[in-house]
Amino acid sequence: MLHIVNKSATERSSLESCLRMATQGSAVLLIEDAVCAATNGNAAAAKIQAAAAGLKIYALGPDLAARGMTGRVLDGVNVVDYGGFVDLVAEHSNCQSWL
Amino acid sequence: MPMVNIAGKEVEVDEEGYLVDLSQWNEDIAKYMAVEEKVELTESHWEVVNFLREYYAEYQIAPAVRVLTKAIGKKLGPDKGNNKYLYELFPYGPAKQACKIAGLPKPTGCI
Amino acid sequence: MSDMDEMDEGSGIVKKFMFLNRKAPHGTVYALEGLEVVLITAAFDQDVSMVFTDDGVYQLMKGIDTKGIEVKDFSKTYRALEGYDIEKLYVDQASLDARGLTEDDLIVDVTVLAVDEMANLMAEQDVVISF
Repeated sequence: MLHIVNKSATERSSLESCLRMATQGSAVLLIEDAVCAATNGNAAAAKIQAAAAGLKIYALGPDLAARGMTGRVLDGVNVVDYGGFVDLVAEHSNCQSWL
Repeated sequence: MPMVNIAGKEVEVDEEGYLVDLSQWNEDIAKYMAVEEKVELTESHWEVVNFLREYYAEYQIAPAVRVLTKAIGKKLGPDKGNNKYLYELFPYGPAKQACKIAGLPKPTGCI
Repeated sequence: MSDMDEMDEGSGIVKKFMFLNRKAPHGTVYALEGLEVVLITAAFDQDVSMVFTDDGVYQLMKGIDTKGIEVKDFSKTYRALEGYDIEKLYVDQASLDARGLTEDDLIVDVTVLAVDEMANLMAEQDVVISF
């Protein structure tokens, strides 16, 4: 399953709920404000790094760039472009967008 | 939204003629809606209309016809809980017509 | 609605649909909209699960009275779901715990699941729709 999160982890609980419910080996794609969770030093960094052991974590490059975060991405997070976003959706049989 | 005068009272209805404010409902309104729907109200019609009002009071929705049929069958018996009986009473759809007469909104899922 | 009951005949494909409710009632329209979508989906004879996690568990509280805020009390409508043959209602244990609630506080019978059971249930769905 592909999980997509679009809200900032320091404003809403959707990332936390997602990480709680994503099964081993699932993919988590951070887009829009949620990409900030994948950057060095933010409050959710430890959670993302711990989760990266059992999940594949992706962040959308254009959203990182738009927030000045391109150079601050955590180790273990894969940055994808829009084409990569489409590939992720196509590769997974189902997907859950956390509102 | 349009206003209609029913037995001397101004009543608001939506563009399809359903009563807007459920709490305004009374028997005069039911009779008016029945004339609009070309339904002649008998005891059997009232039984369904009253059933719908009770269902709405309990669940806050107008039931889909499949659910209505099943629930009527449970309460009033299988000879009444079937499509044939209900469509004979309300030829243009029991949920659509009976709900209108009962003052309920159009059932959810009714396209 | 009478027409919809006949529309689904013949398609025969049954998919697993999960409707995931994560928002408290009334503050946003998500809870009510989600419930309406579930009622409509019931006409299509699919395998429907309704899940309540996070603030979504607040939707099922007993004793809701909305008169003072002049909005519809749709908490009663959850009790109609059984009549629509929607009987798979699941609630996340941790979400109840975090809000000081238990199963007894809820208006309908539900199955309370631990987080790993909920995770597996979600992973096996064909379609997950979030509200």
